[in-house]
Amino acid sequence: MRVNLTVNGRPAHAEGVWEGESLLYVLRERLGLFGTKNACEQGECGSCTVRLDGEPVCACLVAAGQAEGREVETVESLAGAAGLSAVQEAFAEAGAVQCGFCTPGLLMATDALLRREPRPAEAEIREALSGNLCRCTGYEQILSAVRLAAARRAEGAR
Amino acid sequence: MDFLRPATWEEALAAKAAHPEAVPIAGGTDLMVELNFGRRRPACLLDLGRIGELARWHREKGAVRLGAAVPYREIAAALGGPLPALAHAARAVGSPQIRNRGTVGGNLGTASPAGDAHPALLAAGAAVEAASVRGTRLIPVEEFFTGPRRNALAADELIRAVRIDPAGGPQEFAKVGTRNAMVVAVCSFALALDEAGRSVRTGIGSAAPTPRRAREAEEFLAGVLAEGGHWEDRRPPPPSAARRFAELAAAACAPIDDVRGSAAYRRHAVAVLARRTLDRTWTAYRGGERCA
Repeated sequence: MRVNLTVNGRPAHAEGVWEGESLLYVLRERLGLFGTKNACEQGECGSCTVRLDGEPVCACLVAAGQAEGREVETVESLAGAAGLSAVQEAFAEAGAVQCGFCTPGLLMATDALLRREPRPAEAEIREALSGNLCRCTGYEQILSAVRLAAARRAEGAR
Repeated sequence: MDFLRPATWEEALAAKAAHPEAVPIAGGTDLMVELNFGRRRPACLLDLGRIGELARWHREKGAVRLGAAVPYREIAAALGGPLPALAHAARAVGSPQIRNRGTVGGNLGTASPAGDAHPALLAAGAAVEAASVRGTRLIPVEEFFTGPRRNALAADELIRAVRIDPAGGPQEFAKVGTRNAMVVAVCSFALALDEAGRSVRTGIGSAAPTPRRAREAEEFLAGVLAEGGHWEDRRPPPPSAARRFAELAAAACAPIDDVRGSAAYRRHAVAVLARRTLDRTWTAYRGGERCA
């Protein structure tokens, strides 16, 4: 079947989509957007986190046909013409990246958190990232990065 | 595989009647896992995501009519007042990403013994609104679960909503798992006190082939509370009664050993959760004082 959707603000379409296929497969294999990672395929790891009509979801658990006519934002939407977003820069500066596989999902979860709650409490940060796994044991640096990004935003640096 | 995308509830019922083999999909948090892993290849998917009414709730004759596809995020955020146990269970589901998609209708459709919503629905006395082109029927939730991952729906029926009376007293939900997020319950328990009805209801999760009530425990505790005048003077039930309530809750379990926990552990943990939820609900009933 054919699926039409908006990806990162631009109309996109995929042909020959299998009806049981996930949005994740469409993004990576049909639209060539490899930032969204494929790992557990069961909603456990958060590596495939994208925003669907503004809400963070696991792309692996959305059937492609369910994304028809919807707006999807992937990690590729974060950086602008001026460079990396404040959240991305904070992750790089805080050393919140090791192998990098979990990073796109964590960036999307952090971005969604700070859009909703610009000054999150510690418990809110942990809750917001509870659906994203990192296997390089980098959680402390990841939490530091979220605090740094929140502080930068609060300062109005960007 | 067919992918049906009804725009209205009537179209959805007609589609399910014409294709009884069609598997409904809303949040996808259960079904997509099975598709991704090749465990299931339904001939037809029925996407309920276009039907706006399914994602809304409203009050109807006092009760909450919860659309089958209201996501857990919304239940946790908006329904803590009338449905405290269900809102608590909603907060315990998966992760933010899962709560943005997962639904009570999906939990009921999957009918896993471990579904987080089930104990809360049992304790609150919910009824499932099952509909088909033949009409609509209300199924009390304790009659809805017919076996592990089996439910009372006919092949042409869809879950439209769940009707739940607002809490008539304190309610609690508690769940055992290895961490606070992304956990399939090792076991879970919900307790609802109804002050006006002088009654107690429970729900046990993940400790029997289906979610179930602990009826003997309910009757025992209701008797203790009535005979001791506890509803009136708000003194906590004696520790011996709390212990007996916990024992009866454990006795209502029929658990199995599996990768998440042993049967013996589950029985023990359900007893602990029963006592803990009794303590918390009675503390709330007394108005914040700590009970023994």
